Amino acid sequence: MVYLTRIEHFNAAHKLYNPDWDKEKNEVVFGKCANENWHGHNYELYVTIKGEVVEDTGFLFDIKILSLLIKQFVLDKLDHKNLNVDVDFLRGKMCSSENIVKAIWHQLKPHLPPPVQLHSIKLYETPRIYVEYFGE
Amino acid sequence: MSKKVSVYRKEHFNAAHRLYNPSWDAQKNDAVFGKCNNPSYHGHNYEMDVKVTGVPDPDTGFVIDLKLLSDIIKEHVIEKFDHKNLNLDLKEFSNLNPTTENIVIVIFDILRGKIDKDLDLQVRLYETPRNFAEYPSE
Repeated sequence: MVYLTRIEHFNAAHKLYNPDWDKEKNEVVFGKCANENWHGHNYELYVTIKGEVVEDTGFLFDIKILSLLIKQFVLDKLDHKNLNVDVDFLRGKMCSSENIVKAIWHQLKPHLPPPVQLHSIKLYETPRIYVEYFGE
Repeated sequence: MSKKVSVYRKEHFNAAHRLYNPSWDAQKNDAVFGKCNNPSYHGHNYEMDVKVTGVPDPDTGFVIDLKLLSDIIKEHVIEKFDHKNLNLDLKEFSNLNPTTENIVIVIFDILRGKIDKDLDLQVRLYETPRNFAEYPSE
């Protein structure tokens, strides 16, 4: 079994805000992240797949195809966007890193041809904060 | 030979913005600013290097106390910029496009007024790990 990681990046605006709560409670829970005018990040995305190496190619999976899948199903929808407003697959979700990483997993997984398996998605919100999801 | 030394303080903030010129129509803004013109904004983790140059004080050995420099940056820049929308929340950008170039000039002007005039000041601002601007340019 080999693990192969592609690193990508996108930048986006968001806010952390629960519409069922009033402004005061949102500010208590989410602090500066609740700024109603949004703030933003440079996100770094690590997509790791796993599987056996194909003898004829020496590849686990063509990394160029993986890159194109990530671009089509994730980056084109997230880059230079407002995550709360512009993104169909995040609609109705709180735009925390935890929820974004799970949503990216579900965006990508159906497009990976067996026997290639998605192993993990790692998402850096800042250089010092990241989340990981393994589909469990 | 001059005994001038440069000391640096790194700081960071994150913010939303968009690039557009209100005197142009949407088509021209899209042509010039592309994805950066998204009307619902996008955002960045900005990283900044503040460089202060001078001769170390003979009593302390410091060009500037870096704790003091850190406090000045935090009070006058980070508090103002962090988790904000640069277009909407900062009066400095009500009539100024918040490009990296313009932001670094605004930050320099704020800090220049707070740091000893005998010390040289330069600010480098990273919009992404690969895009950054520096002011003054020399």
